[in-house]
Amino acid sequence: MSTTTTRGLASPAPAEVTKPRPRRGLRGSRTFNFWLFISPFLLGLIVFVYIPIIWSAYLSFFEARFTVTPSDFVGLDNYRDIFSDTQFTGSLVTFTVFAAFIVPTTWAVSLGLALLVNRLRFMRAFYRSVFFLPTACSYVAASLIWKMSLFNGVRFGLANTVIGWFGVDNIAWLANPDPPWYWLVIITARLWLQSGFYMILFLAALQNIPQELYEAAAIDGAKPGWQTFRYITLPQLRATSTAVVLLLLVAAYQAFDEFFNLLSKTTWGRPPLVDLYYTALGQDQNYGKGSAGAMVLTVLICVVTLFQGKIMGFGRGDESR
Amino acid sequence: MTTTAPETRKRTRRGGVMSSTGLYIATSVAALFFLVPFYLLVRNALSTDPEITGENWKFFPTHIQWGNITEPFDDPTVDFGQSMWNSLVVGILHTVGTLLVCSLAGYALARIPYRHANKIFYGVLVTLMVPTAVTFVPSFVLVSSLGWVDSYRGLIIPGLFSGFTCFLFRQYFLGFPKELEEAARVDGLGYWGAYWRVVVPNSLNFFAAIATITFINGWNAFLWPLVIGQDPSAWTVQVALSSYMTNQTVNYHLIFMATAISILPLLFVFLFLQRWLVQGIAQTGIKG
Repeated sequence: MSTTTTRGLASPAPAEVTKPRPRRGLRGSRTFNFWLFISPFLLGLIVFVYIPIIWSAYLSFFEARFTVTPSDFVGLDNYRDIFSDTQFTGSLVTFTVFAAFIVPTTWAVSLGLALLVNRLRFMRAFYRSVFFLPTACSYVAASLIWKMSLFNGVRFGLANTVIGWFGVDNIAWLANPDPPWYWLVIITARLWLQSGFYMILFLAALQNIPQELYEAAAIDGAKPGWQTFRYITLPQLRATSTAVVLLLLVAAYQAFDEFFNLLSKTTWGRPPLVDLYYTALGQDQNYGKGSAGAMVLTVLICVVTLFQGKIMGFGRGDESR
Repeated sequence: MTTTAPETRKRTRRGGVMSSTGLYIATSVAALFFLVPFYLLVRNALSTDPEITGENWKFFPTHIQWGNITEPFDDPTVDFGQSMWNSLVVGILHTVGTLLVCSLAGYALARIPYRHANKIFYGVLVTLMVPTAVTFVPSFVLVSSLGWVDSYRGLIIPGLFSGFTCFLFRQYFLGFPKELEEAARVDGLGYWGAYWRVVVPNSLNFFAAIATITFINGWNAFLWPLVIGQDPSAWTVQVALSSYMTNQTVNYHLIFMATAISILPLLFVFLFLQRWLVQGIAQTGIKG
């Protein structure tokens, strides 16, 4: 205490003192405040995010059925087990097929809707709301409408009613994997649910394109329509497009709700999370094998998001405080 | 400059009457496709079962069955009322908790200078790489060993610590005007006082946007509530709806009515909070 007072007396520049460092003791200190603000979040993050992942890594090396404190170390057996499990490897194939369909179709539909809505002069807000409205629906609610009404396998489903007008027989949309009509059901449901969301992103990006570019192009003789779309709009949307594709990919990777509800208990069309659900929380309660699966999926998604971070530049460019 | 911009804009947008009509036809057809599922939902919810499953498809039921509205609540097999209540409690507490915890942390990372702040920030960023859905097995293991299965705690608390929401708040606070805080500092407020009396009241738009999105996600969440809600008394409305689909007896009009009721709160959010919602999506969907 005394040292600070003497230094304060000796110092000729009182401006030094106004730097708000320790003026008001503990409560004014930056370190104290930093921890006051961040500790609830940080504690939760450690307990509910970090610890489960570490614990799961640990469990994946043990024989753990019906218990989370196992003692039977089995090395890499769980990993060997999960990779030789055709259900699990099949689920990775299912995800790949799913992503190959849903990512480009959602990209195209949401961009198309954004282009349409962006050109409207009247009732723009109305149409935007209509396309956006399905975002209010849960995947469970949509699955229910699709399964019970739209794509009901019996005669009264709307899809079967419509194809009936053309003399086509009823199709068992979900109950039969061959031919795999269930993909149509799953893809259309997700398309309906998420297109509006991505349309909003594209709309925001479209409105950020400088109008001068189109004027300059018009002076250079570019025809409005395909030419300006191909050489101005599309390149200007590149950042948004890339981000949308990667967001869609991560979302597809986490697909669970509609597969679980539309294809309950079937052996086909199981994406990774559904397979994991039945492995870890089904009859076996095999936490060891389930944890190994979770680890594999975590590594895979890390690779994807690292790639995403590279492209989108997460956390970059904000060091300039 | 400012006067010419709208004019040129108008000129470039104005196609012929034909193309404009075509545009509206195309948009309306697309809109119809997007509305069909809602129509089916409402139609079936207000019909009798024979009208839903019968041969003679009618656009609307001959007699609208308003009595269907109460049926899900009287259903002895699934306690729908309880599940709606659970969803409401979980949705609101999830939203309030997430906003509180994540905004404070985001503010610290953005505005309170501290030597190790960057290291901590990277610790948060790392969690963005792993979506919580992928780690539901280990999370369930942890929550069940805490004895939180079938409880509001188990449904709400593990979801509060969203690295992404914290990240968004940090980005937002980085752009918050420093002058306002400095004025508060001159008035003798510390970080805590300045945060609650100056920063939060001046950021309500951003808070509303994040709150809207958080509530929608909380209300529509399925995987985690399915894992935690082992006992029907702890089901959220999504889990209850899912159980209808696997029931032995299918009571069509009841199921559709329950689904329609489950969407109502969010429809309300959409109609009255759409401004914040759209703003929130534009802000949260993409960074950079």
